[in-house]
Amino acid sequence: MSAELQALSDHIASSLGGVIEDRAIAYDELTIIVRAEEIVRVVSFLRDDPQCRFVCFIDICGADYPAREKRFDVVYHFLAPHLNRRIRVKVQTDEVTPVPSLIGLFPAANWFERETYDMYGVLFSGHPDLRRLLTDYGFEGHPLRKDFPLTGYVEVRYDDGQGRVVYEPVKLNQEFRNFDFLSPWEGTDYVLPGDEKAKA
Amino acid sequence: MGEHNIRNFTINFGPQHPAAHGVLRLVLELDGEIVERVDPHIGLLHRGTEKLIEYKTYVQANPYFDRLDYVAPMNQEHAYCLAVEKLLGIAVPRRAQLIRVLFSEIGRLLSHLLNVTTQAMDVGALTPPLWGFEEREKLMIFYERISGSRMHANYFRPGGVNMDIQPELIDDIEAFCDPFLKVLDDLDTLVMGSRIFKQRNVDIGVLTLDDCWKWGFSGVIVRSCGVAWDLRKSQPYECYEEMEFDIPVGLNGDNYDRQVIRMEEMRQSVRIMRQCLDKLRAPDGQGPVNTLDGKIAPPSRKDMKRSMEALIHHFKLYTEGFHVPAGEVYAAVEAPKGEFGVYLVSDGTNKPYRCHVRAPGFAHLQGMDFMCRGHMLADVAGILGSIDIVFGEVDR
Repeated sequence: MSAELQALSDHIASSLGGVIEDRAIAYDELTIIVRAEEIVRVVSFLRDDPQCRFVCFIDICGADYPAREKRFDVVYHFLAPHLNRRIRVKVQTDEVTPVPSLIGLFPAANWFERETYDMYGVLFSGHPDLRRLLTDYGFEGHPLRKDFPLTGYVEVRYDDGQGRVVYEPVKLNQEFRNFDFLSPWEGTDYVLPGDEKAKA
Repeated sequence: MGEHNIRNFTINFGPQHPAAHGVLRLVLELDGEIVERVDPHIGLLHRGTEKLIEYKTYVQANPYFDRLDYVAPMNQEHAYCLAVEKLLGIAVPRRAQLIRVLFSEIGRLLSHLLNVTTQAMDVGALTPPLWGFEEREKLMIFYERISGSRMHANYFRPGGVNMDIQPELIDDIEAFCDPFLKVLDDLDTLVMGSRIFKQRNVDIGVLTLDDCWKWGFSGVIVRSCGVAWDLRKSQPYECYEEMEFDIPVGLNGDNYDRQVIRMEEMRQSVRIMRQCLDKLRAPDGQGPVNTLDGKIAPPSRKDMKRSMEALIHHFKLYTEGFHVPAGEVYAAVEAPKGEFGVYLVSDGTNKPYRCHVRAPGFAHLQGMDFMCRGHMLADVAGILGSIDIVFGEVDR
């Protein structure tokens, strides 16, 4: 399996050349990282090349790594049903740089890109209808970003007096509790209370 | 009346329509009775599952998967457990694999029974759902007996399953199989053979294979276009490799084919279930039902009373949880509705860094616009039923 994947990985690398920034095989899965502006070229190659034939669209999703300069990953999954293989393609972007939309190649990209935009605020250029998808009409913010609080900012309630649903700032009777169960001896990335005295 | 007075009519379908299979709002643009455009507005059941999972340990995240496709809960847990196991690099004991396959197939029955019979309701027959629900009730009692809960089982765990299956339950599931096949025969005659059911479904919502691939369809919809693509056969997981079963395929790619395939898949599921039951009784089907790695699976209650190590493991597992090596995986199962995948990113801590759920229904519902164009308004309900939508997984 992984020899086959290695051959595929080499084939893709030799055909696409400089577009590929990185490639790896881990857990029997092939991942290639490409430059965001070349994604359409890469995916159309993967779809049309006789040795790739990734004709089946599986998934697009985002991931947020706030510490990076380009904080977002956009992760594409494709399937080659004829050759029974999967591939993962990743691109990196930030809040303002749009990623070219795949809608011309796979119409299914429509909702998946809308969801990624909704959840992370990743922009897609060439998308005809980049509206929010899952969140409420008039929602503000992008909930899956790591800096978006789990409890959100507003809550809704039906107001009898006004006869409609009203939005109010979220009120918690108890502060959101996030227990830290990470073992201190397995390396925490913060200073434990009292530890500063040892260094002083 | 002048030409300028003619305009398309826009109506709202749902969000509370009984044929909407949950909380779907469809904005339909109609030219007379012909559907010109469908704009599904989803998200009314969005609960932020993916965000919540990032704040839970790996074991705590498991129950969220029951609440995605709540018609076949264990199949979703299965994909998640496979993803976690892949990252951890642990093997699942054989008995646990058999139990998982058994209950995945029960999940398939649960889902297909609901879908086939409510399809009859969508096209105008009110009684068939009651027949389906009668059988589903029996299956949910099996769920309850194995996990303590009729729907939200939280039974599959990374490393195996929560508890062993009792011999009585094996017998009772065996006793369920034969009468159930009889019910399927009845459904075949009463629903599939019904003239009205055929008139409303044959040649409606026809798809080609090319469309299926590029719209990201999977499962029954792909098979209705004549290709035997089933992850249980083509990318086998657990012990599906040793099971004997056939993959029914359609010829026309229409609504009716999809329902006929679902009927046949239920028969095949019963076949798999029977094999599982036999193997569970056989000597080589005995053994542990969860990995013996004490760092992953909790100890038994008995051990906790006597062994210090077991007590420590229990405490650590239920406070800190286990750590998963950093990496990213995609694991998919053939859920009743299609390919259900979990993309899991771990940063080496006890909580997932990112967990994306690839729900088959999401891609299928997106195809509504493409599938409904040019059809009559009355066919919208039929097409919606045939692509088998459950909003838990679409909205997440």
